[in-house]
Amino acid sequence: MNQVLTAKDFTTDQEVRWCPGCGDYAILKSVRATLAKIGRPPHEVVFVSGIGCAARFPYYVDSYGFHTIHGRAPAVATGVKLANPNLDVWVVGGDGDFLSIGGNHLLHALRRNMDLNLLLLNNAIYGLTKGQYSPTSSVGTRSPSTPGGSVDRPVNAALMALGAGARFVARSADTLLDHLPEVLTRAQAHKGASLVEIFQNCIVYNDAVWAGMATKAESFEKTVRVAHGEPLVFGKERDKGLVFDSRNGRMELTEAGGDAEKLASIHDETNWALACALSTMEGGDLPTALGVLYCDPVNDYGSDQEARNHFTTLSRDELSALLHDGGTWEVE
Amino acid sequence: MGSQAAAAIDDQGSHDQAAPERVVVRFAGDSGDGVQVLGAEFAKSAALSGHDLITFPDFPAEIRAPVGTTFGVSAFQIQFGGPKVLTPGDAVDVLISFNPAALKTNLADLRDGGLVILDEGAFTKRNLAKAGYEVSPLEDDTLATYQVLKIDIARRCGEAVADTGASKKVADRAKNFWALGLTFWMFGRKRAETQKWITEKFARIPEVAAANLAALNAGHAFGETMEIGRDVVGQPLEASFAPGTYRSITGIDAMAKGLAAAACCAGIKVAYCSYPITPASGLLHALAALRSKGIVTFQAEDEIAAATAAIGASYGGALGVTGSSGPGIALKSEALSLAVSTELPLVVVNVQRAGPSTGMPTKAEQADLSMALYGRHGEAPIAVLAPATPAECFQTMLDAAAIAIRYMTPVMVLADGYIANAAEPWRIPDVADLPDIAPDFRVDPENFQPFTRDEKTLARPWVRPGTPELQHRIGGIEKADGSGHISYDPDNHQTMTDLRTEKIARIAEMLPPIKVERGVERGRVAIVGWGSTYGALNAAVKELLDEGLEVAHIHLRHISPLAPGLEDLLRGFDHVLVAEMNSGQLCRLLRSEFLIPAEGVNQMTGKPFKVATVKAAIRAAINKTEGGAS
Repeated sequence: MNQVLTAKDFTTDQEVRWCPGCGDYAILKSVRATLAKIGRPPHEVVFVSGIGCAARFPYYVDSYGFHTIHGRAPAVATGVKLANPNLDVWVVGGDGDFLSIGGNHLLHALRRNMDLNLLLLNNAIYGLTKGQYSPTSSVGTRSPSTPGGSVDRPVNAALMALGAGARFVARSADTLLDHLPEVLTRAQAHKGASLVEIFQNCIVYNDAVWAGMATKAESFEKTVRVAHGEPLVFGKERDKGLVFDSRNGRMELTEAGGDAEKLASIHDETNWALACALSTMEGGDLPTALGVLYCDPVNDYGSDQEARNHFTTLSRDELSALLHDGGTWEVE
Repeated sequence: MGSQAAAAIDDQGSHDQAAPERVVVRFAGDSGDGVQVLGAEFAKSAALSGHDLITFPDFPAEIRAPVGTTFGVSAFQIQFGGPKVLTPGDAVDVLISFNPAALKTNLADLRDGGLVILDEGAFTKRNLAKAGYEVSPLEDDTLATYQVLKIDIARRCGEAVADTGASKKVADRAKNFWALGLTFWMFGRKRAETQKWITEKFARIPEVAAANLAALNAGHAFGETMEIGRDVVGQPLEASFAPGTYRSITGIDAMAKGLAAAACCAGIKVAYCSYPITPASGLLHALAALRSKGIVTFQAEDEIAAATAAIGASYGGALGVTGSSGPGIALKSEALSLAVSTELPLVVVNVQRAGPSTGMPTKAEQADLSMALYGRHGEAPIAVLAPATPAECFQTMLDAAAIAIRYMTPVMVLADGYIANAAEPWRIPDVADLPDIAPDFRVDPENFQPFTRDEKTLARPWVRPGTPELQHRIGGIEKADGSGHISYDPDNHQTMTDLRTEKIARIAEMLPPIKVERGVERGRVAIVGWGSTYGALNAAVKELLDEGLEVAHIHLRHISPLAPGLEDLLRGFDHVLVAEMNSGQLCRLLRSEFLIPAEGVNQMTGKPFKVATVKAAIRAAINKTEGGAS
């Protein structure tokens, strides 16, 4: 027991078939490394996916895998947990899978707090169907289905999850190898539904859509890495800070020239309102928040269900009693 | 005979005093009148008195329709007696009507000379107007051809209940039990079981229990004192049951118990995943009531989630089951193709209702057969079973689970709103006689590949995640035969398509050859049916056989694949008629499958076939050849 696992133990013999340069390669690398570090044996791990580029994930992870149909992965994964609550179940989907065709299933997996690790690989475009705009594409996105630019506003995945009652919401980006594995580890450790939104680059249809996040250097200025109990500061020199204005529920920059470390609010990952504010920072010089925005565990669905309706097998004697419940009569 | 004073029935020479074989009683009132409870208790007492029976609850979709309206009428019909009861009955012998609307919507089904018992006090100007009566039917010749018993039930019930100190509201709601007491007296029933049931059911609201008991006893006493009703219809025969322990059971309850039996006999968890829909919700309720004994229930966010969660459960090593009605089954269609492609066991229950679209949710129909057989994208064959009677639903569910596990395939069970809600006596099987249907989970890593096949059944191995060294991946993309790797190879797709088809066909090898249900092996007319039409077809054939006609009833429990021997059997008849509550879906299947000139007997009214309708169709077929020959 307790043999040391490596990323190789979670690698299948299947040739990986994403486009060269796709952000999914980096994510796969982080996931394999994380699984090895967590150390659950591969046969206790299940990867479930829907349809899309991200959904090919199970073929490349040496665990049990189920490549299902478009949008339904959270529901299929829910069924896997109903059958066997002890499995470590990961669900991988894209922005189309999780937020469009399967939006309803994500909503309910989150509010039910099913013990699933949900990885949303958000590239703000439909890749596999060749480049149509997605529910996270910015207004004005030109695509084969919106040649004049899209008009519908994008959904904010983290805020949607917080609204749905998710108890764990985190963000990272594909190539942040010093950040993503840590977030994935936290997500897996969280008992209940954990949503991790991973900003992912589509080199073919939406290149550089998350510009500023992918490289470490740039990400210092464009993102803030939140950590529980730490001040919300960012910038290469850690000279910029964020203050939570509780009157309007928004984040604001600390005064220029001030001591950011002292002026900035302290991140509290159990503060739901703060998480909402962090997930909605937009415009100006406000950064995009990465890391565990919210983590406030409550009982997961499986534990609560087991507490109320403890599952037991049905013996033949018990079955016989069931068949005879209510009134019976004898015919000689 | 016309309307008469209460308790003063002049029945001299107006009807046959001989004991009838069977009696048909229908209770009808507002959907808030407690008619279904009344009917269920009456049915229980009929069973305990040794009668065979079939019930037919017929209720509106409205939970509480405006009081007194025709669309708010709820009815419960029962045929009871002996030696065998096959249908709820074509024509009603006794109609108990709680208001003008109930009379208006149900009187046409009362046989000439039948008895109608009216709650006279409900025939107010206002209620008459709501029912659309310009003149009170008590005052014109509307009821001229029937025997009429007018009782101010509400008032008499109120007086009887007054002593218990119950409020007027409680007293009003007890009138169903007053009527039950009266009918108990009419048919010589004992009250003890119902008294016990009332005491237990309303244990937490003693004033309601007391009021209902008082009403029940008062209704009974009223009948006894006034000596009414008993001689009007006579006492039906007792049933000729085989020895054993019996209970009354509805189709829904039998399905729930069948799934519990499947969990027990397979020794694995059953996961029932469903989204509420009329008339299938009862199955979710019945299984949830088991509180995770053998079966976990999951109320999904939608029909698609229900189907896909069931598939996930099967992948996880439980038996996934999902249930719905037509509109919901349509939504599950894509998921069913996934289960076909990944070759996972799955049981799908379709409690059919009248469609298309929302249709008539509380009314029965058999119009989803083609959807069950063909309603998926790609070539996606599955097994299709159909229980013939409410009690048979138990065995059907057990069979469906056994097939799903043995052949690693989805199995669709086609019930309908009638069979789900109707009740009949059921001889409870000895659990020791139930089959072992435990799956043979693969645990051996030696030469394991997810899409190798059992030589006999063509089933692929079922591996539970969590089994060491057997990690593998499956999905909806076409797989290479054997290895299960993604494959776009043309020959492989042909092979896999053929294998999936052949696997379903091979299920026929475990089925007993089809037999004539009743009647001759060869002859003039075979009437073929499936599902809930069983009783009407069987009763019609019985009556025609009694007349000396060469007819037969053939009933299909397995529609995909068909049971062996069907073609030979059908070719032994001059005419093959296919009776269905649709426009000819099984008929088209039999015509295309066997190239025989089967003809349809079709009805789309939301109501079960009447025996008379089926008899007329068979006679017409016989007359047609005789006419042609002359």
